[in-house]
Amino acid sequence: MLELTKTIYKGASFLVSKTDASYLFTPEDFTDEHKMIGRTARQFIEKEVAPYSEEIENQNFDLVVKKLRKAGSLGLLAHSIPEAYGGLGLDKISKGIVGEMIGPSGGYGAAHSNHTCIATLPITYFGTEEQKKKYLPKMASGEYIGAYCLTEPNAGSDALSSQTTARLNEEGTHYILNGTKLYITNAAFSDTFIIYAKVDGDHFTAFIAEKGFPGLTLGPEENKMGIKGSSTRSVILEDCLIPAENLLGEIGKGHAIALNVLNLGRFNLGSACMGAAKYGFKKAVQYTGERKQFGKTIAEFPATKEKVAKMAARIFAAESIQYRTAGLLEEALGDLYETNDRNTVSKRLSEFAAECAICKVFGSETLDYVADEALQLFGGAGFIKDYGIEQVYRDSRINRIFEGTNEINRLLIPTHLFRKTLKGDLNLKTKVHEAMLQLQNPESSPYTGPLSSERERIDLIRNLFLVCSGLAYDSFGANLADEQETLMRLADLAIGLFAAESAVYRTIKAVEKNGKENEAVKIGLAEAFLEEVMWDAERLSRTLVSQLTADDHSRQLQKLIIRECTRLQASDNNFLRNRSIADYQNEHGEFSS
Amino acid sequence: MNIYVLLKRTFDTEEKITLSNGKINEDGAEFIINPYDEYAVEEAIQVRDAHGGEVTVVTVGNEEAEKQLRTALAMGADKAVLINIEDDVENGDQYTTAKILSEYLKDKDADLIIGGNVAIDGGSGQVGPRVAELLDIPYITTITKLTIEGQNVSVVRDVEGDSETIETQLPLLVTAQQGLNEPRYPSLPGIMKAKKKPLDELELDDLDLEEDDVEAKTKTIEIFLPPKKEAGRVLQGDLADQVKELTGLLRTEAKVI
Repeated sequence: MLELTKTIYKGASFLVSKTDASYLFTPEDFTDEHKMIGRTARQFIEKEVAPYSEEIENQNFDLVVKKLRKAGSLGLLAHSIPEAYGGLGLDKISKGIVGEMIGPSGGYGAAHSNHTCIATLPITYFGTEEQKKKYLPKMASGEYIGAYCLTEPNAGSDALSSQTTARLNEEGTHYILNGTKLYITNAAFSDTFIIYAKVDGDHFTAFIAEKGFPGLTLGPEENKMGIKGSSTRSVILEDCLIPAENLLGEIGKGHAIALNVLNLGRFNLGSACMGAAKYGFKKAVQYTGERKQFGKTIAEFPATKEKVAKMAARIFAAESIQYRTAGLLEEALGDLYETNDRNTVSKRLSEFAAECAICKVFGSETLDYVADEALQLFGGAGFIKDYGIEQVYRDSRINRIFEGTNEINRLLIPTHLFRKTLKGDLNLKTKVHEAMLQLQNPESSPYTGPLSSERERIDLIRNLFLVCSGLAYDSFGANLADEQETLMRLADLAIGLFAAESAVYRTIKAVEKNGKENEAVKIGLAEAFLEEVMWDAERLSRTLVSQLTADDHSRQLQKLIIRECTRLQASDNNFLRNRSIADYQNEHGEFSS
Repeated sequence: MNIYVLLKRTFDTEEKITLSNGKINEDGAEFIINPYDEYAVEEAIQVRDAHGGEVTVVTVGNEEAEKQLRTALAMGADKAVLINIEDDVENGDQYTTAKILSEYLKDKDADLIIGGNVAIDGGSGQVGPRVAELLDIPYITTITKLTIEGQNVSVVRDVEGDSETIETQLPLLVTAQQGLNEPRYPSLPGIMKAKKKPLDELELDDLDLEEDDVEAKTKTIEIFLPPKKEAGRVLQGDLADQVKELTGLLRTEAKVI
């Protein structure tokens, strides 16, 4: 379904080189089928799930399972399963669209996404022919619901420190597993469990367990802050017997499955968060359009408009990175439905690990931001359950924690780049040198055409990232992994860069097609977002420079950063721009670009 | 059974209608299958599934309507026909549409034709009955239940909230009222299959029609939006004064008495 110019794009290349709008997949590139898929998924949530939200919130899991099966009958669980195994084998754009539409449904959405992503993908990409035949058709239809069991009491972010063990019985027919898995989504009603354990206490390996396997029991239901409609329990393995043929992938290669599948999980989580953010935004816009104080609707106050504009700008950026990443993933994974070559699968799944981590971090923080501001705009009503925004706020919070905390994901982003440098895949030194030169002697008006000054600002953010990365690399070398304060800030620069670049180049692509006048809304949103990223980039890079360089050099470099940021930061009519963004959103009653 | 559905592409019910240069502004608007026609599509699919045959969805419009036809195909219809009048007809009305549809349908041996009871944009409710008249077959409007046994048909229709049961025979044209069924939305497999289903495009030429043959019988003089709803007013004071003020306002402001 996706037609893009094939690029030679490598993962995380946005950190070191400029992009081209024509390489970017954007929501404006959706096909008619993409739109129809989106409409079906949205209708499913609006008609089949939303009206039952109270029952779902009260953990009527039979109903949740019924809804999952209904989703299965509509194909909403089958998009990422190959046609040969009862699925639809759709592209990653469609996966992203379904993820976005399911996003607003809180606990149901968590159950749904958990099933289609991390519970199913290990089998899709690493299963044997027999395993795929046995499990995938049932997972596509919803007859089987799946869980993914990685976390343990003593192995959270450090997943590979797992204490669950597996050993082959004497007959060689079964593996015997012992250990406890914690916080397992969908546990109460799952039929399959992807379980990670160390064979002979040493070799990290994945297994497929089924409900009812001897020795597999569930702990009590956890009492959670949010996403209550999804079940969360521990999975206890006491001499649990798993048939030898249910070993997934290879012995000692469980990490390749565990971590690579999480990449797609993180991408999907970003989509779901963006969808949920749009939902929270819509509720806020509608409420503030009705509620009156001082004789005016809340929406009419400029302070509200500024909030609305900032939320909309962030949602626009989140949407831009999700579909850009969807396009990249499709390029890397689109032709892998048929392959059995696990090394290729692992390599391609991890190619865009940094982008997927950004989707996760940026999406979940966008949702948290929007949920918080939306609740605030409801005033006292925001604190009352009946108005529904309180649930958005509670459901949002977990997204910054699961599928790799945002902190772990942040660390992963610059580390990805440094690893490439150490391996010799990338000449960071040259890139840093070029960035420094551009910072010192900027070319005047390097671009023509739409959004040329925005493009300059994107280049500046990249140069700031590169210069700071160079300083970090020079200061710490191989010990950089221990310098987490530095890595966190580099990650924030990288996230801002990817998000702003995605928003700006998406807008450029749209303007090139439809003209500036017809795309005024996107231009406003891209500029509003870029303004925030520019302030962040200045602060982050100055902080890093001050910590990574000696006094004299530091002062010089700081001056340079201030000069360049001031030169390029747009200034004159930002307040008015934000008001008009809000006017447009208010008129539409929901996020619109 | 040979089943035809008459379908119209209309504004999304959530769209705000705005005017520019005396016409309804379509820029950037979302379009959908006319909701009453969705009932028609659903009913046609159900009748086909129960009695066999084929469902063909027909629309008169421009190429934009292809999207709505594809949606009907994704719901489960077998074939779609777009009669594209963009280059031939500038100002059509219900007569135009009915004439074109009946010319298309006259040699199709349709057993059952289903349309929506009314389109949510024009709201005339005329196209279905006019097509039936031109084809010289019976028609029943605003139906809420359809039962077919052999050639015999039993229909319940909504009559201003009451219901009326009518028995008749095929061939027949009916128009769907809310409550007839709960339209399905397309499944993802349905959406993918719809891409491969036949969607034919015809023009007036293909139906041996001239522009004059379908010239509108009505003329639109002016298009205007309903007046903006003003905020309500609560009258204060003695009851007698309030009544006095109210009657005054009804005379001078509302001008209804």
